[in-house]
Amino acid sequence: MIRYVLARFASLILSLIVASLVIFAVIEIIPGDPAAFMLGVNARPDTIAALRTEMGLDASVPARYLSWVTGMMQGDFGQSYTYRTPVAGMIADRVWVSLPLALYALILSTLIAFPAGIYAASRRGRPGDIAVMGATQLGVAIPNFWFAMLLVLVFAINLRWFSAGGFPGWDRGFWGGVKALTLPAIALALPQAAILARVMRSSLLDMLGEDFVRTARAKGLSRRQALWRHALRNAMIPVLTIIGLQFSFLLAGGIIIEQVFFLPGLGRLIFQAISSRDLIVVESVVMLLVFAVIVVNFAVDLAYAFVDPRLRTKQ
Amino acid sequence: MRMPRSLIIGAILSLLVMAGALLSFVWTPYDIEVLDVAGKLQTPSAAHWLGTDHFGRDILSMIMMGARTSIAVALLAVGIGMALGVPLGLWAAARRGSLLDEVIMRGNDLVFAFPSLVIAILITAVFGASAVNAIVAIGIFNVPVFARLTRGAALSLWERDFILAARVAGKSAFRISWEHVLPNLTNLLIVQGTIQFSLGILAEAALSYIGLGAQPPVASWGRMLADAQTLVSIAPHVALVPGLTIVLTVLGLNLMGDGLRDLLDPRIRVARS
Repeated sequence: MIRYVLARFASLILSLIVASLVIFAVIEIIPGDPAAFMLGVNARPDTIAALRTEMGLDASVPARYLSWVTGMMQGDFGQSYTYRTPVAGMIADRVWVSLPLALYALILSTLIAFPAGIYAASRRGRPGDIAVMGATQLGVAIPNFWFAMLLVLVFAINLRWFSAGGFPGWDRGFWGGVKALTLPAIALALPQAAILARVMRSSLLDMLGEDFVRTARAKGLSRRQALWRHALRNAMIPVLTIIGLQFSFLLAGGIIIEQVFFLPGLGRLIFQAISSRDLIVVESVVMLLVFAVIVVNFAVDLAYAFVDPRLRTKQ
Repeated sequence: MRMPRSLIIGAILSLLVMAGALLSFVWTPYDIEVLDVAGKLQTPSAAHWLGTDHFGRDILSMIMMGARTSIAVALLAVGIGMALGVPLGLWAAARRGSLLDEVIMRGNDLVFAFPSLVIAILITAVFGASAVNAIVAIGIFNVPVFARLTRGAALSLWERDFILAARVAGKSAFRISWEHVLPNLTNLLIVQGTIQFSLGILAEAALSYIGLGAQPPVASWGRMLADAQTLVSIAPHVALVPGLTIVLTVLGLNLMGDGLRDLLDPRIRVARS
């Protein structure tokens, strides 16, 4: 168990190092001098040079990489080129939109997919199964941002149950925030729920064909009891993997959905930063998202060890 | 051998889109570069089968031109994934257990760990928004998919007797991979290629929706949707048509992939009968 955790942890650290190097290198390739960009076309060369020194841009490349990484580890993401405020503060404001959105969508996706997948597996080959599988085929084919537009058309414009976009802020009440995130979360969740339901079904069907399920049936359990008591727990391993992967899709996919609903999340931040060439913000937000994804995948790996005792003893 | 029904439906849908894209090279109902603001936002009629957009352009013609972009981007992205992923997977399988295998597979895990959309945004933000950069951004994430699939399937082939015979005959690992392993993977790669192709269509639509895909005047389904967003309440068809086109295309490709798998994988065929 300890060796398994250590091995996963080592690969976590390695992933983070490589990820930070790649992101730093990509940003480094971009032509143009941020200091000159900030000061505009009429700036005097010595002013630009002074700002470059102030921003630490004239240090060597490895030194700048190290100061970027060590800064982030202390929660210092540097100063925004355009707003001259700490990037950490800008990110902190936005995270409380993007993260709840991703979690909300994850919960919805799981709540839809589990019953659908279990139902389909228990009715294999019958009309109920075929209907669920048909729905999931459609679900994976729908672009979530288009689905979001349809939701706005139906539930915001025609029925007026929700507002078409915007976010009131959590300080204006919890339920108001939840309501503002509901349509975006549904739009994000549905295609993911379709994938998850398919995985749930096929994983459960694999397990239902195993000997231990036959044993359970032979000792007198009904099909339903064998499914719920024995097959389901074992079917959870691939399902967990997909849930972990989906969290990263949901965080990243949120970037697009935020555009549809005008939500002030990380997606908006990244697009504003791209258009104003505020590269330090782009760099930091991308790194933060990659960090979140890698850490979640690590957590999923650890979760396996609890679900599957075989992994604890292996290696 | 019966053709799976999903294969027939999927192939019809996919061929329809392909045909529309090919036809657009020689003929479209209207020229999409000609704006007709007086005739904007018309609902579907005999003159404009799918209506017109906010510039009065014929939506059917836009869809046909957009199909070219979608297909080209997704197809080239699959091409990148296969061209790099398959040799890497074959190589890793031929040297299984070695440091090289380890490096290739860990590299794959690493790419998998990146949120693909975020990296695609980073790439297009840095190198500029264009169809070419969209292809690269989508293609990179196809590489580990094909590498993993190829390695996994190749590993089991390496255990087979006919490979042993080839080894006894003195063939090099390279020649065995090329002459004996690869031909046995064709079916698998075709099926996965179809699936990645449909994912590529979705990814291209997402990138061009946020303005990071093909740039005007090149037509793309994603940008049609972006343009339609503010018009959805007054002219829903402007948003419905491109969206439905994407859904039907992706659905068609997925059904075709499933059908091909049923048709080409003998194990499933046996299990069914």
